[in-house]
Amino acid sequence: MLSRVADSLYWMSRYFERADHCARVLEANYNLMLNPSKLSTEERWHRIMASLGIAASADGIDPQMAMIKLTSDPDDESSIVSCIAESRENAGQVREQISSEMWERLNRLYHQVTRADARPETDSDPLRLVADVREGSYQFHGVTDATMNHGEGWQFIQLGKYMERCCALPVLLDAYFSAPGEADDLDWVGLLASCAAFESYCKVYTADLKPDSMAEFLLLNPEFPYSVRYAVERMSAAIAAISETSFTHATGRIERIAGRLRASLAYVQIAEIMNGGGLHRYLNSVIDQCNNLHAAVHVVYIDYPIQSALGA
Amino acid sequence: MPAQSANRPMPAPFSEYEIDAAYDEMFRARGRPRSHYKNLYTQLLNLPSEELHRSKREADLSFFNQGITFTVYGRAEGTEQIFPHDLLPRIITSSEWAVIERGLTQRITALNLFLADVYHEGRILKDRIIPGEIIYTCKHFRRQMHGVKVPRGVYVSVVGTDLIRLPDGRFVVLEDNLRVPSGVSYMLTSRKVMKQIFPTLFRKYGVRPIEQYSQALFSTLRSLAPEGRSTIVLLTPGIYNSAYFEHAFLARQMGIELVEGRDLVVHDNTVYMRTTSGLQRVDVIYRRVDDDFVDPLAFRVDSSLGVAGLFNAYRAGNVVLANALGTGVADDKAIYSYVPKMIRYYLGEDPIVDNVETFLMTDRVQREHVCDNLEKYVVKAVGESGGYGMLIGPHSSSEQRSEFREKILADPRNYIAQPTLSLSTAPCFMNGRVEPRHVDLRPYVLFGEKITIVPGGLTRVALRKGSLVVNSSQGGGSKDTWVLQN
Repeated sequence: MLSRVADSLYWMSRYFERADHCARVLEANYNLMLNPSKLSTEERWHRIMASLGIAASADGIDPQMAMIKLTSDPDDESSIVSCIAESRENAGQVREQISSEMWERLNRLYHQVTRADARPETDSDPLRLVADVREGSYQFHGVTDATMNHGEGWQFIQLGKYMERCCALPVLLDAYFSAPGEADDLDWVGLLASCAAFESYCKVYTADLKPDSMAEFLLLNPEFPYSVRYAVERMSAAIAAISETSFTHATGRIERIAGRLRASLAYVQIAEIMNGGGLHRYLNSVIDQCNNLHAAVHVVYIDYPIQSALGA
Repeated sequence: MPAQSANRPMPAPFSEYEIDAAYDEMFRARGRPRSHYKNLYTQLLNLPSEELHRSKREADLSFFNQGITFTVYGRAEGTEQIFPHDLLPRIITSSEWAVIERGLTQRITALNLFLADVYHEGRILKDRIIPGEIIYTCKHFRRQMHGVKVPRGVYVSVVGTDLIRLPDGRFVVLEDNLRVPSGVSYMLTSRKVMKQIFPTLFRKYGVRPIEQYSQALFSTLRSLAPEGRSTIVLLTPGIYNSAYFEHAFLARQMGIELVEGRDLVVHDNTVYMRTTSGLQRVDVIYRRVDDDFVDPLAFRVDSSLGVAGLFNAYRAGNVVLANALGTGVADDKAIYSYVPKMIRYYLGEDPIVDNVETFLMTDRVQREHVCDNLEKYVVKAVGESGGYGMLIGPHSSSEQRSEFREKILADPRNYIAQPTLSLSTAPCFMNGRVEPRHVDLRPYVLFGEKITIVPGGLTRVALRKGSLVVNSSQGGGSKDTWVLQN
């Protein structure tokens, strides 16, 4: 497969996941913000921004504008609209490589979120956009799995999706756990809902919302799709499949980074991490390892030096 | 409303079918269809008009769903449009086709010999059949190609020749497209749609198949590859090119990689593509990028579509380009007028399919005659295509004519003139009625180990009533072309 094509598929998938994640976080929090809390609206928006890894601007946050900026502002590169546009742009570059159902679904979603009346006029408009993205995301993932060959290209799509998830979840967790004393039960519900995890969590731990249990669930659960461990497992599987189809490269470095991260999440115990506020450090190290993995994949499959590839 | 009356002998849906001086593909005279059109004629008389409308909607939807589009330039990031398609087939008899096939085979053979000659000894110039000056002033002449050996001596592997039919029924060549001709994907997809819509007609007629085009193209390209190596790729300028749909379509049909300039690297005069499995050597490039943009080191330095070093790899014989570089010198509109002479010179034969009479503006007598009678002529810039840069005398204003007169006098080499020709008309389905519209015909010729012409081609239609311009960029559409078995 052409390196450019692999790169476009990877980024199509990453941007799509980014939009989806943002939509999920906004949907969960927007609902909760209708309830009173000891935190001010502005403080709550600060945490939403932090949980998406967006630095708040110095002159504070205008709650009305914040929602618009994060959903439909095309000039804000982290807005949902911008991410969907980037995803579509990448898909357009390799349209003949993805199935037409995938292109149609993504294209339709793009037109849904960019059309003129998606400019928010009422409070409910941004929510409708968020709901469109959530719905579109389930459909896009569905047609991707159902209509595309599960070959190398599909594996790069998986890699992009789970890489993005692996980078986004630790940021989200960190925003809630950096000041756990301030959070009340409703905030914790907000965290779980941001990962569509409330029901799944309750099945494992009952409705008893203990910070340690939630951290354990979102970080180490091997079966829940929005846990860090699950995402790392999927990412490793994609990497292994790609390395099997491509046959010339020294993929040792990639497998080493992925293997170490995977082992750490599989064998660590939550108490070890939580002791003495070690969660923040642990989350940061997960992000660092993901970044290293991304760089290693890029240099082996996409933008490798010509000399090394010639074996000279 | 009566469907038929004494002073209106043509029944619905032909009530508005006017036959004029142009050759009509369907009717020999008012109400009298040619024998090979009788089946279609009867079918159209018997079909309720709602049925035709439904078929038209079905066809349009099918094109839409397949994403058969082209890009119109001059708008932000290129606007994609559905290629307009006419519902009714254009039918060609087997004997008419036999002439076209022999004529084009002869013509392409001669043009290819001409290219080999011009880029090597230049015998045809030394023998004063063609003035050297007209070659060296051609902007598509590539002096870098001098002495370069091409595999099998084939310069033009893919050709799309534009034919028109004169009022006397003869086909003549209007233009040879020897650089990067496009449109073949419309020919192939339109056939697929027509089969869904008119299965009965296909059964009645015995239409020769064209579906083998992609395999034929692939074999042609493979026949140019060096012994034992056959990695073939299609080089596209990218998604903003007007023919990108076709590039992706053909690459998929042939099962070869669709690459852009940035996917290729040249090392040690060898071309590689960047894949996730490392660099893979490329042997044949079916390039849909113009000469000028192929290699920024050898041609245009501002090109970002090409591959640095590609020309040197090509000259070293390490990669094959199809078509070869510099083929544009043989489809220059002034050099076109010498093609009948080339056929006589290289093959010692008379041309089977003629040229359109062409006046060279470099010749003083011809120039003066044309400049005095501009309203009778079509004037064309020699290096342009796609219907750009031309004056259609009878439809022009006096300002346009004086503007062109000045252009001609300022740069005579850049212009030729041809008499205004009445392209033949064919029945088209327009808003519920069948009306005549002007058409041309572009068959596709493949030249590798041998010459292959799939029976058919792209019939282009000037959809505006009375218009003679069939280019898709200027309101043209297409229709399926049926060549009959016998």
